[in-house]
Amino acid sequence: MHISEGVLSAPVLITGALLAVGGVAVGLAKMRPKDVPEVAVLSSVFFVASLIHIPVGPVSSHLVLIGITGLLLGWMAFPSILVGLTLQAILFQYGGFTTLGVNTFNMAFPALLCHMLFAPMARSRLPRKVWLGGFLAGSLSIILGGLLIALSLAASNEGFVEVGTLIAASNFPIAIAEGVLTGFCVSFISKVKPELLGGKR
Amino acid sequence: MHLEEFAEGKSLWHRMDPRVKIITLSAFAMVTATADYLPALLLSLGLGLTVLFTAKLDLAKVGIRLMVVNTFILFLWLFLPFTTPGEGLWSFSFLTVKREGISLALAITLKTNAIVTASIGLIGTSSVFSLVHGMTHLKMPEKLVHLFFFCYRYISVIHEEYLLLRTSMKVRSFRAGTNLHTYKTFAYLLGMLFVRSYERSQRIYQAMVLRGFNGTFYTLDHFHMRGSDWCALLIMGFFTAFVGALQWGVLI
Repeated sequence: MHISEGVLSAPVLITGALLAVGGVAVGLAKMRPKDVPEVAVLSSVFFVASLIHIPVGPVSSHLVLIGITGLLLGWMAFPSILVGLTLQAILFQYGGFTTLGVNTFNMAFPALLCHMLFAPMARSRLPRKVWLGGFLAGSLSIILGGLLIALSLAASNEGFVEVGTLIAASNFPIAIAEGVLTGFCVSFISKVKPELLGGKR
Repeated sequence: MHLEEFAEGKSLWHRMDPRVKIITLSAFAMVTATADYLPALLLSLGLGLTVLFTAKLDLAKVGIRLMVVNTFILFLWLFLPFTTPGEGLWSFSFLTVKREGISLALAITLKTNAIVTASIGLIGTSSVFSLVHGMTHLKMPEKLVHLFFFCYRYISVIHEEYLLLRTSMKVRSFRAGTNLHTYKTFAYLLGMLFVRSYERSQRIYQAMVLRGFNGTFYTLDHFHMRGSDWCALLIMGFFTAFVGALQWGVLI
């Protein structure tokens, strides 16, 4: 789910960076010293999970997990995703340094939105509602992330409109897979460790 | 889990002050990413390749990294020459190759490879911890640096827990496919990782409090800029400025 170095235009890179800086600042302000190890170790899980490939029909896709990041971390998804993306850029050259802002925003904004919309459902006592909350967060975050990527590409150059549309469209099967997976994952967490989804943030 | 593939070595880049690397790469990447004039980009790529080759890395591994990056670029080449609006060069039945599309795709190819080669040579040759240390000295927000530090520290730990769970799945003859059982299994695996890592993070915090943690990490050693660090900063700064000058027409 990231755009690589050198593709986007300067105005898009700058806008993305500013939006990401804003989000990260809010996230850091909300983070108490007590939360730092928790957010950090959960970020390590997201990093490891992004190396897991699951079959989606004839191909396989790696997990993105923006939805569950949002549900667990809220605003703190911004710093968490920034750290994850920076590590991927340092270690594997995935994404890149100049695109950190845009990529962070494209993933953290859907995460935050899913937190606002579906965290109350995930905290519910009704197992079906919890699953549905997870499913919606998992799938809609991917679709929204894909749309934001398409939008960043299209705003950079008119020639990217078709490529962006194709990328956004190719995200739909992944969105369903992630949705189902997130649904079960959130159900599991709500049974085993409900305080992870707790209303404390 | 071996993540820092390029961090071991003895080249001049491996020995350089991480602060210099962070600053020079940031400046270089920003100038290159916003440039679009081909001679400027060719100079950038030349600079990137010089950094990469002087880092004396395992070229086979570097090649694999570059291939991964260029797969996406190849995908863009399939589209951009046709979809970019502009003056037509050749046309086949309903497709027209546009001059603007070709130059856009070419510019992106040069930019991406310039930045990626430079970042492998500069940033890839440092350990993550020394970069984190460098970030502290560059006055990055403290909490962000802590987040970085802990996140990287625990990746290999979490990865081991993941491998343990995968082994136990294998022992029970789990096979992945596109079905509900697979998704449920992976979801529970992830859920278990979240629960365990949450509990681990609580223990980490308790251990920190027990040792009198008050929200600050004290850095005991500081970097000292050596002659070679200043040299690298000046040379890289000069060439980056040169790319910028070519791009924005200060030199004609």
